[in-house]
Amino acid sequence: MLSVRNLHIRFRTGDGMVHAVNDVSFDVGASQHIALVGESGSGKSQIALSIMGLLAKNAEVDGQILWNGQDLLATSQREMNRIRAQEIGIIFQDPMSSLNPYMTIERQLTEIVEHHEGMSRRDARARALEVMDAVRIPDAKARLRAYPHEFSGGMRQRIVIAMALMCQPKLILADEPTTALDVTVQAQIMQLLADIRQDFGTSVVLITHDLGVVAGFCEDVVVLYGGRIMEEAQTTALFEQPGHPYTRGLLRAVPNIEDPSDALTAIPGSPPSQHRFPQACPFAPRCVDAVDTCRDTLPMLHKGRACVRPVEELT
Amino acid sequence: MLNYTLRRLLMVLPTLLILVIFAFYLMRLAPGGPFTSERPLPPSVMANVLERYGMDEPLHVQLWTYVKNIVCCFDFGPSFSQKDRTVNDVIAQGFPVTLTYGFWSAVFVLVLGIPLGIIAALRHNGFWDYTMTGLAIFSQIFPNFVLAPLLVLLFTLSWGLLPGGGWNGGQWQYVVMPAIALGTSYMASVARLTRGSMLEVLNSPYIRTARAKGLPERTIIMRHALKPALLPTLTYMGPVFVYMITGSVFVDVFFSTGGIGQDFINGAYSRDYAILLGLAILYAVLTFALTLMVDLLYAWIDPKVRAGLS
Repeated sequence: MLSVRNLHIRFRTGDGMVHAVNDVSFDVGASQHIALVGESGSGKSQIALSIMGLLAKNAEVDGQILWNGQDLLATSQREMNRIRAQEIGIIFQDPMSSLNPYMTIERQLTEIVEHHEGMSRRDARARALEVMDAVRIPDAKARLRAYPHEFSGGMRQRIVIAMALMCQPKLILADEPTTALDVTVQAQIMQLLADIRQDFGTSVVLITHDLGVVAGFCEDVVVLYGGRIMEEAQTTALFEQPGHPYTRGLLRAVPNIEDPSDALTAIPGSPPSQHRFPQACPFAPRCVDAVDTCRDTLPMLHKGRACVRPVEELT
Repeated sequence: MLNYTLRRLLMVLPTLLILVIFAFYLMRLAPGGPFTSERPLPPSVMANVLERYGMDEPLHVQLWTYVKNIVCCFDFGPSFSQKDRTVNDVIAQGFPVTLTYGFWSAVFVLVLGIPLGIIAALRHNGFWDYTMTGLAIFSQIFPNFVLAPLLVLLFTLSWGLLPGGGWNGGQWQYVVMPAIALGTSYMASVARLTRGSMLEVLNSPYIRTARAKGLPERTIIMRHALKPALLPTLTYMGPVFVYMITGSVFVDVFFSTGGIGQDFINGAYSRDYAILLGLAILYAVLTFALTLMVDLLYAWIDPKVRAGLS
């Protein structure tokens, strides 16, 4: 359904080019849930924005983003506007700032279907009520007239999700949907997203830095580092036998409930500068398993992992 | 909201009273008086004059009489410097003039400044942005005492389109140049202010959300961005509007419009206490009205402010 092919995203900035995303490819099938995992600066949010055609003006994009065969990067603004919300919806990270504080929730919901489906105000309101029920906002009817500041953070994120659902798109990009929320609310929101697949059959690309959120939600995981894919695998396989040193590092940084004595290990160092197109494995400087080859060749993705060292030899 | 408005209106009277008392004593502290001249009047004449204007009484008695006359009969007293005219006459004659050209000037400021600012923001770093910003800076540093003669030179002397001065009951030909001369630099400020806030709003996450909804750019600007982008301009225009409708000395003098801007300066020079106090009260009342209007408009736009008011 969605097929990202050799995607490159660069930004022209005051001090040179920043290579945010390098040669990233992945596919999303119908009602599939896939996760893009990586730390900040790994380019995961930029991938979501590029799919929506919402990258900043100083971005340069190469490659293809095929949506049912149509290359979104070569699509006119007009056609893109038709696809947005109607076929692909997006949930942004911060529900505090991604809702318009000067408009009622009702207007922010109804305008979507009024525009895309030519609904009357009355029908649009009925749809808004349905969707608000679907995302379990209590007392939806009375809350329609309220403004964003009258809701809690979790409720606002539900409204943002409701917005993405208004036209019942086939794909939802969820860009760190739970990062700005506290832990109990996080679980509710993830549950909600899981239910949405059951109810609507929507595919989801979940973008997160938290492997803990991925387990039990996505079948497939793409691990990004420095704008490159480090590893891609089915979630269960990835958790059982991570094939890349970076993935292993990430998993060691997730708390283990069964064994509380198990200390958390942080990955030493910090994310790479992306001013130059990578010539070697971007993770090599921080990698415990790095050998000389890692520092002068760029490993290609092969059998789901971009690492020159065999799995058996990793620590 | 109604409650809030009433509360604000109730505050007007005590504030005005304090203002009158302060202004009254402050003016008297300034050296000289309305009847001081290079050749002093003979003491007997002076005593007569002072008595005629009630200035032989102690200050607090004069103040009391002043306030009493305003409250009972809306009488702001006789002018000290303009013979046989009351303050009411002076304001009744001069204020409509400045109100007229000030109002049209404000219209000029908003109708030109806001769209210019929006266009510049939409064409950020493009040709129109640079043109607008350049023009705005130019007209902001271009003082009106240069602009006004230039206007007269072009419109009156070269092309003979508009009269170079006078008022003539406020026919439009007489209003155009005073309004432009008064408004140009404010227009530039409004354009720059609108441009800045529009740019900020367009970069905000909720506009990105609106884009992600696939709405046409026009709807995004008009429905989502315009209101918040106008808030700084609204705040700015409140006091500026008061300043504009009470006129500018320069415009009144240069175009001989006969507005109250001129009266205010003349009053200050000749220590015309009555005129000064009358005009001060007028300014205060207008400022009250305009800030209240700005606050209500703010509440109308911003639901958070509205919630705070009730």
